[in-house]
Amino acid sequence: MADGRAAAKRRINPRLWLSGGWLLLLVLAALAAPLLAPQDPLAQDLFASRLPPLWQMGAEPGYPLGSDSLGRDVLSRILYGARIALLVALIAGTCTCILGAGLGLVAGYYRGWPDMVISRFIDIWMAFPPVLFAILLIAVMGTGLVSIIVAIVVIDWTRFARVIRAEAMSQGAMDYVASAKVAGRARFGIMLREILPNVLPTIVVLLTLEMGIAVIVEAILSFVNLSISTDDPTWGSMIAEGRASVHQSWWVLVFPLITLFLTVLSFSQLGGGLKDHFDPVLR
Amino acid sequence: MMLPPGAGEEDIIRLKALYGYDKSIPEQFLIWVRGILAGGFGTSITTRQPVLSLVLGRLPATLELSVMALVMAIAIGGMLALTGTRHRGQKAEALIDVTNGVSLSVPDFLWGLLFILLFGVLWPVFHISGRVSPALGLPFVTNFYLFESLVRLRFDIWLDLVSHMFMPALALAIPLAAIIAQLLKQSLKETMHLDYVTLARTKGYSENYVILREALPNAVLPTLTLVGVQFTFLIGGTIIIERLFSYEGLGNMAIDAVINRDLPLIQGIVILFAVIFTTVNLLVDLTYALLNPRLRHG
Repeated sequence: MADGRAAAKRRINPRLWLSGGWLLLLVLAALAAPLLAPQDPLAQDLFASRLPPLWQMGAEPGYPLGSDSLGRDVLSRILYGARIALLVALIAGTCTCILGAGLGLVAGYYRGWPDMVISRFIDIWMAFPPVLFAILLIAVMGTGLVSIIVAIVVIDWTRFARVIRAEAMSQGAMDYVASAKVAGRARFGIMLREILPNVLPTIVVLLTLEMGIAVIVEAILSFVNLSISTDDPTWGSMIAEGRASVHQSWWVLVFPLITLFLTVLSFSQLGGGLKDHFDPVLR
Repeated sequence: MMLPPGAGEEDIIRLKALYGYDKSIPEQFLIWVRGILAGGFGTSITTRQPVLSLVLGRLPATLELSVMALVMAIAIGGMLALTGTRHRGQKAEALIDVTNGVSLSVPDFLWGLLFILLFGVLWPVFHISGRVSPALGLPFVTNFYLFESLVRLRFDIWLDLVSHMFMPALALAIPLAAIIAQLLKQSLKETMHLDYVTLARTKGYSENYVILREALPNAVLPTLTLVGVQFTFLIGGTIIIERLFSYEGLGNMAIDAVINRDLPLIQGIVILFAVIFTTVNLLVDLTYALLNPRLRHG
């Protein structure tokens, strides 16, 4: 076993390094936002409105990436926006994962009527496009960070449930599960101690992908003004403002957009890279 | 919000009664269902117009955008899959795989923003907002502008419409195109190993002929089912893309309705979307039976 593991210990994919590196940087930047940000992200200064970024004519030293039409510093808002984006990614991702993977495990391992009920729900859920679903939920629950997180969890648990159910089913048919049963272990214990560790790599991959989705959903909802209040620095609201004034000040759109782009791409590349990394067939 | 600040208790009660909010929730629901059965979806709170006519007025814009995006997705995805199959194991295929990977991991919302920057600001060749230039007077009877301008041979209007629709449609099309390219290439590859394809090759047909006439008809079926499912998601995606490009369709109206808490309008839009999804799914099933002879005598 140890030999096999040593043989499998091969070069880690560069895309894992790149995407993981960007996300780590982002987490650190979000944590250290009060230290790094040159300005208060909410402070408006109409004398410093629409300042271009540092390397252009007419820039001011306190605004490295320029300022928006109300004179708020773009870099500071991106940094504080990262806090909201990552918070949503973490909380919504984890909750979705626990709910979806839990239901998927139960459906896949217990089969029978729990599977019937859960699978039926998955089918109904999947028939409805997520964006419309999200907007509908926000319409009912009202705007706010909690609504966004609840909406993501309510909509996306099927992603986990569907995949984990199939995995749990194929694991449940294996010999080690049968021998655990012969050894007299309870079914619930088998599910948690035998099946769960074996589907854990898949759960980690799905969780990474889900966090990327959560970031984009938060950005979309704050873009259309259905997230937290418009004053709060979110990437989506910055993009909405930049979209409106793109001909006067491109930097208000470009910098948050690049950040969002890299973050979403990193989450999905990290997920894909981890999938290859865990997959014994590809080794 | 809808009453002046000095409004008394009586005015509030009267306003509630006007919109039927004084009744219990089940009663309100029954009134609403009765309205639908009679062919009406109620009145929009913000515009005070019947929901049905508002919603149907916007529907053609969204349908035209979705269908255009679908056509673009099939064209791009199909071309990529065929090129990838033609140059199997070469650099071109690897390049296509990488492009697919990136296209899949970036959602339509971000593509849309990217296009706005590239083709709306840096190199302004397309319009970035609206459905048609307001300067053009529209002499049309239906709201299917794109279709009607073709029928009436007004190519100036048609071109203007297309240059408005191109970027939102492309943004919607790219993720779907990547899915199509990936799946179609996969099934083409599998088909290319089958005996009958080898036979066609030994008969001396060119590689292009073998791929297009022999392999493609058999390989296209799984992709077709997937396109059907994904098309409903594409229609769902129009909501945010329409908002992004200020395109006057259903989705843009849906977001306004949510922001204004215009419940009758939200209900009407959601029901209409549900009808569209069901219809699309039905059509896909029917087409599938038509194309797959094995299902016809089931």
